[in-house]
Amino acid sequence: MDIVYTIWLRNVKRYLRSRSRIVGSLGMPLFFLLVLGFGLNSVVTLPGMEHGYTGFIIPGIISMSVLFTSVFSGIQIIWDKQFGFLKETLVAPVSRLEIMLGQTIGGATASVIQGLIILVLSLLIGLNITSIPGFLIAIVFMVLIGLSFTAFGIAIASRMEDMHGFQLIINFVVFPIFGLSGALFPIDSLPSWLRSLTLLDPLTYGVEGIRYGLLGSSQVNPLLSFVVLTGFTVFMVVFGAYLFRKISI
Amino acid sequence: MFAIEVENLTKEFDGFVAVDNISFSIGKGEIFGLLGPNGAGKTTTMSMLSTTLKPTSGKAYVNGFDILKNEDDVRKSIGIVFQDQSLDEELTAYENMDFHGRLYRVPKEERQKKIAELLKLVELEDKKDNLVKTYSGGMRRRLEIARGLLHEPDVLFLDEPTLGLDPQTRNHLWDYIEKLNGEKGITLILTTHYMDEADKLCNRVAIIDRGKIIASDTPEKLKDSIGGDVITIHSPQKNDLYEIIKDQTWVKHLDLHDSSLTISLQNAGQHVAEIVNLSSEKGISIDDISIHKPTLEDVFLHYTGRTIREEEANTKDRMRMMQRVRR
Ligand SMILES: Nc1ncnc2c1ncn2[C@@H]1O[C@H](COP(=O)(O)OP(=O)(O)OP(=O)(O)O)[C@@H](O)[C@H]1O
Ligand SMILES: [Mg+2]
Repeated sequence: MDIVYTIWLRNVKRYLRSRSRIVGSLGMPLFFLLVLGFGLNSVVTLPGMEHGYTGFIIPGIISMSVLFTSVFSGIQIIWDKQFGFLKETLVAPVSRLEIMLGQTIGGATASVIQGLIILVLSLLIGLNITSIPGFLIAIVFMVLIGLSFTAFGIAIASRMEDMHGFQLIINFVVFPIFGLSGALFPIDSLPSWLRSLTLLDPLTYGVEGIRYGLLGSSQVNPLLSFVVLTGFTVFMVVFGAYLFRKISI
Repeated sequence: MFAIEVENLTKEFDGFVAVDNISFSIGKGEIFGLLGPNGAGKTTTMSMLSTTLKPTSGKAYVNGFDILKNEDDVRKSIGIVFQDQSLDEELTAYENMDFHGRLYRVPKEERQKKIAELLKLVELEDKKDNLVKTYSGGMRRRLEIARGLLHEPDVLFLDEPTLGLDPQTRNHLWDYIEKLNGEKGITLILTTHYMDEADKLCNRVAIIDRGKIIASDTPEKLKDSIGGDVITIHSPQKNDLYEIIKDQTWVKHLDLHDSSLTISLQNAGQHVAEIVNLSSEKGISIDDISIHKPTLEDVFLHYTGRTIREEEANTKDRMRMMQRVRR
């Protein structure tokens, strides 16, 4: 545990020190929240939107923020590789599993903080948190998204030589995961083939879980969301740890 | 007992043999140098000994532990300063040290005490709370060495410890390395392609070229082995000169290079006049002639037929230095 804590501590220190990264990665979620939220609020009313379109997408935007921050945190291992720091960690008498877990929890911490910032900003534009248990449920889902997608980022980073493939991953993997997740639209109103597709996207269960926590209603049973997302998290951590074990320096 | 024993160690990368069946051993408390040009296989050897790279074949023991079977014990008992930087720039010097101490499970009180002590030793204590990205190349190197010592390793690996440093900082580091070895009895294995560094620091040197160890002994014996003196001659007709000198009885060894001719012999002073006379008889002009005691450079030349500098004209080295500075 000491080792996991040590790696976690370093990650969190680095995150808290990178003000520009914290502020910079708020940009896109806030843009979506404000433009889509206010732009479409009066136009769009669909079933499942008792809180208006803005209220509806707040959980989606929080998920987005957690998703991007966590994938990015995981992929950062490539920087450690390029700047040589990874060697220092890997040559120490510690297991790679401990290192990987420390990185994963560190990335999840950063991404949950990032999600919480969006949550707090959402309070300013009209979100009401009515129940504390609901708030805690939302946090649990944020943590699960953070853990699974940091592990996902680590898995990718373990197979990548340098940052050249980064854009590719963001455009062809992370954006589709976000787009298909029902963060911006209610999945029940979709044609059935598209609905099935969204149900294959693990982020859907995260978004729906947070939605249940914050708004009190969701289109996927929260228990199902929890089970699926937990399963996905366990799978990603195991998969990430497996690939990280074979990383070469 | 030996600090390091290496038996027929080999590393191939996709059929390319980077380290070719090398064997050597290092006694406890020795300063041992691996000397060789770029690409000789020094770093690859270090990586195998520090368990970060699996050998293709062969065996090695570090502090008595098998590098293949007791990876963790090997790792606990060594410290390593990598050729390329391995600090976290976004952390302070103290935090980098602290991270290392925790990774090696040094208990808190001891950790704090040792960090303070080591930072003082490398003269960084007043800058300990500055981010490493504000450090100069020399300061970073000193920090890396301090970090490598934090968990009190029995063997310290230094891969090109003074690459890209100015002469003053190099001298400083040399003193420091000698002190470490003298006071703490740490066994040091260092790689370098600076001949003077190997000569000054090392008790024993292995000259490595293209993956093979071609000579291994104390610097003195290596230098003695090629004869008492070396004469270097620059001449436009060096080939003709080679022909007339090669049959002289006093020549111990003769080498022809791109721009010069070197002769190993005893009592060079007596024979210089003879060389000059012979060449003027044959109408061979000489641009420059000099006598010096053999250096490790001459040893390298003797065994490989090349000077280490010819090899070094390579840009890799300079690029690395620039990277170091930019970072
Ligand atoms: N991972 C690798 N894959 C393929 N070839 C490699 C790899 N690592 C090293 N080599 C090759 O092995 C040879 C030895 O490399 P090594 O880094 O050990 O040399 P070195 O003696 O440390 O040189 P330098 O003085 O430049 O540091 C080189 O030809 C290098 O290109
Ligand atoms: Mg090297």
